Amino acid sequence: MANLEPSKQRRGLVAIDGAMALIVILLIVQIWLLSATLETYLAGHSGAVLPAMIFSGLLFSAVLTLNSFVSRVDKSSRRP
Amino acid sequence: MSLFRSPNEEPLWKDEFSVFTSDERYVTRRQFTKFLTLASLGMFVGNLWILLKSRFAKTPAFPSIEVAELNEIPVRGVKLFNYPTPQDHCIMIRTSEEEYVAYSQKCTHLSCAVYYSAKNDRLECPCHQGFFSVEDGSV
Repeated sequence: MANLEPSKQRRGLVAIDGAMALIVILLIVQIWLLSATLETYLAGHSGAVLPAMIFSGLLFSAVLTLNSFVSRVDKSSRRP
Repeated sequence: MSLFRSPNEEPLWKDEFSVFTSDERYVTRRQFTKFLTLASLGMFVGNLWILLKSRFAKTPAFPSIEVAELNEIPVRGVKLFNYPTPQDHCIMIRTSEEEYVAYSQKCTHLSCAVYYSAKNDRLECPCHQGFFSVEDGSV
């Protein structure tokens, strides 16, 4: 990242770090959701399985969006 | 090039060997984020698998068996039996002259064997004082 404005580079890094922290939080929620859904299904209640899958899909799309944001910011930070 | 190197200098092989292990192990932010996205996809696929299993898994059909004679159990009496396998303990209660109910004897909490309390007219778990309705088995 040589020959770039330090402030632009710093802003890019802060944005990337923030997005990564958010991704980690969403991932933790997804892990909890999977374990709760599995426990509920094994207990014989399959009513919550479909809503859980939909919500997990939404979380995954949010993570995917944040991932593309990180890639975009990383690329723009490297451009002089 | 000096033939003798001082002890504080880097060894000669480090000058000539161009592969640096620390650089090889370095993970960029983009790579780490991709890994997290892959983990998120794995969680989503796990939920999808549970959904497919709940929709398409076939519940096994067990044959009906004779548990007791018609007037063998008195009103508010109990009979224990095993169904569908010898490891599945069940309890049958005659709630009135015409009505019989049967449930699995396993408590939904930690699988203790529940018993029928005629005094309270409910199923009770001795382990952690759980109670179940005789009418429909609800907690």
